Amino acid sequence: MKFLKIFIIVFLSVGFSHLKSDEKNDEYKNKILKNIRCLICQGQSVYDSESEFASSIKSIVNKKIKEGLKEEQIYKFLREKYGDWVIYDPKLNKNTYVLWLLPLLLFLFGGAIIFKKLNNQK
Amino acid sequence: MKNNFGLFIVIIFLSFCFIIFYKGLNTPNTYAPQMDEKKDIPTFKAKEFDSNNYLNSDKIFEEKIFYIVNIWASWCVPCRIEHPLLMQLSKNQSIKLIGLNYRDNYKNAKKFINDFGNPYSRILIDEDGTLAIEFGAYGVPETFIVDKNKKIIKKFVGPINMEIVKEIKLIIK
Repeated sequence: MKFLKIFIIVFLSVGFSHLKSDEKNDEYKNKILKNIRCLICQGQSVYDSESEFASSIKSIVNKKIKEGLKEEQIYKFLREKYGDWVIYDPKLNKNTYVLWLLPLLLFLFGGAIIFKKLNNQK
Repeated sequence: MKNNFGLFIVIIFLSFCFIIFYKGLNTPNTYAPQMDEKKDIPTFKAKEFDSNNYLNSDKIFEEKIFYIVNIWASWCVPCRIEHPLLMQLSKNQSIKLIGLNYRDNYKNAKKFINDFGNPYSRILIDEDGTLAIEFGAYGVPETFIVDKNKKIIKKFVGPINMEIVKEIKLIIK
């Protein structure tokens, strides 16, 4: 009886830990897929799409994860094939300077105006 | 004078924003693939259609000739439209056609080849579409020209037509 109890405990803990690791892997994979644009869809990520293209990307991401590639390496691989557009999170380069720097400039510009107004009121 | 300067700054700022947004809205928000970028062929291992043997990419593209890689599937209607042109291209001795059978059923693909003819010197099976992704494709049909230095020099998205066939013949001349 005691042996059976131990067996059940060990069996369940091994089973659940396996499920947990699968869940973790899925979460990691989904995080990557949500950041990849489906190039033949209208405003959908690969994660959201069921198109042939999206399914192929899902398969290759799966394959690359199994090969041991990290998130950034997978993005780099896809960028080499399809350009920056395929990733939702754009990198800072000459094409995206305005995108990254404009909000900062606006913030500084607005801040300067407020600062000047407050100084004038004093 | 001070008020005028403020107004001037605001107008400049608004004009700047207007130009940015105007340019942004005029740029098409859709993916436009690079057609002429020279890229090395990917290294891969693929199953051959008839023999079921696995082949390495360097074995597939071993000769110093032009290759045409065509991604096709039996379920793809535009592939049927371009097929007679591929048959015509296959008669050219200076090129070899490699077919990439994309996410297809073997029986249907075999029937397609039996019905319409086989223009390919080799057909590779791309069961899960990953091989097409390695080539940078995003659908079927898609056609790539590989030069003698094993570089992809041109890609055609969608079915090829007479114009494209003429262009291919010009490139391989």
